[in-house]
Amino acid sequence: MPDFLLLALGAGLGVALVAGPLGCFAVWRRMAYFGDTMAHSALLGVTLGLLLDINLNAAVAFGCLLLALALVALQRSRQLATDTLLGILSHSTLALGLVAISLVSPGRVNLLGYLFGDILATTAADVITIWLVGALVLGVLAWLWRPLLAITVHEDLARVEGVRVSAVRTALMLLMALVIAIAMKVVGVLLITALLIIPAAAARRLSHTPEQMAITASAIGALAVTGGLAASFYWDWPAGPAIVLGATGAFVLSLLKPSRF
Amino acid sequence: MPETNRELLVQTRQLSVERGGRTLVDSADLALHAGEILTLIGPNGAGKTTLVRAILGLGNITRGELYLKPGLRIGYMPQTLHIDASLPLTVARFLTLGGGDKHRAQRALERTGAAGLLHQPMQALSGGETQRVLLARALLRNPQLLVLDEPVQGVDVSGQAALYALINELRHELGCAVLLISHDLHLVMANTDTVVCLNGHICCHGHPEQVTNDPAYLELFGHRAQAQIALYTHHHDHAHDQCGEIDPEHSHHA
Repeated sequence: MPDFLLLALGAGLGVALVAGPLGCFAVWRRMAYFGDTMAHSALLGVTLGLLLDINLNAAVAFGCLLLALALVALQRSRQLATDTLLGILSHSTLALGLVAISLVSPGRVNLLGYLFGDILATTAADVITIWLVGALVLGVLAWLWRPLLAITVHEDLARVEGVRVSAVRTALMLLMALVIAIAMKVVGVLLITALLIIPAAAARRLSHTPEQMAITASAIGALAVTGGLAASFYWDWPAGPAIVLGATGAFVLSLLKPSRF
Repeated sequence: MPETNRELLVQTRQLSVERGGRTLVDSADLALHAGEILTLIGPNGAGKTTLVRAILGLGNITRGELYLKPGLRIGYMPQTLHIDASLPLTVARFLTLGGGDKHRAQRALERTGAAGLLHQPMQALSGGETQRVLLARALLRNPQLLVLDEPVQGVDVSGQAALYALINELRHELGCAVLLISHDLHLVMANTDTVVCLNGHICCHGHPEQVTNDPAYLELFGHRAQAQIALYTHHHDHAHDQCGEIDPEHSHHA
């Protein structure tokens, strides 16, 4: 197997492993659109990183987090529904990112790579970053697992029982921002949510507990990455979209299993 | 009332909650002692839930004071529960999310008359079953105070009486106080020590018998209330015929 494919596999599997459990929370908490909005703001983070000449992953995570906080502040006003606010933020930040990036460094940036992923150009340093950040995210998820589940089930009940709800919720947003930062290389900002949502949705019918669903989602994500890279290598498919289609295939297959709780 | 020599668990002084320029709760004074059942009644939009949320620390207090006994263990039963269908969660798992293990969860379910539900998915429960599971989760906290927001929602009429009787039984068994929100009067009154009638401000409060004769109460609930008092009295007698010693305190001051 050529080196570039091994590196791509290393990066893809690392992202798939974290995207599984985190994607489950995105599905349980109905945060799909929210994830999309955060991912779209990643492009602004890239521009910021290029401008200030700092680590792009850190800049993207920072940009996503900033957006999440802006959204929380906007939600307080309660004038507009959350999905309207998300629609505004999602597309404005994407448009702003596209404009900014073309002004800051015309021609220097592989825009398509940011939009749809550039997994075949993964470097060893990328793989190390992904696994380090991934391990951190999984660690925090495991540590906060019960309070996260508790606030997903009923926030008020969790608060009365002593869970620090806003701290846990902010932590979840931070984890999401980190995962978006490392997943951008693999599938690009436009497809990141797919990597979060589709494996988790596919895992639903195969699981009886939240933990089972999280692990199954990781496994399905890993299969999708492997299949997508194979399709890319043998049939010359674009790698990012091929990975997403792999996950979609798994989801369609999961529909064949009879529905149950 | 014997509660004067009992420990004070909750007290509010001139507690007010305003939101968006509207006063939802206006200068509410109430006190709840160990082992006592206090029922908040009032029409829709009277601020019952707002007041209870303020006491639970779930909402902001605009003015006034709130005292909670330090370290007070509260078991809370929320009004509604929506768990997304995508979350595979059994009743056992739901109950242990608040702490404790499966065996304690099973015992709590047996206590609330829902013993067979341990391995059911949460989303498959009926309204009445959900209420009993929520009550079991509140019990698992070993509460000194049970806070119940419209506990009989989505429960059929015969189930409602049974659920209130169960709450009353549990209060004696655990020796805990109960803070209850309700809008159906007759069922509640058979099993309560103090009624607080809320309509933004507190209109009247006292024993059920006392409150139902209060002009402020009659003005608020009108003839419907009087019709229900008759029902209440009937229900009350009926409950005593079946199990005379179930509410010794009530007969004490009746």
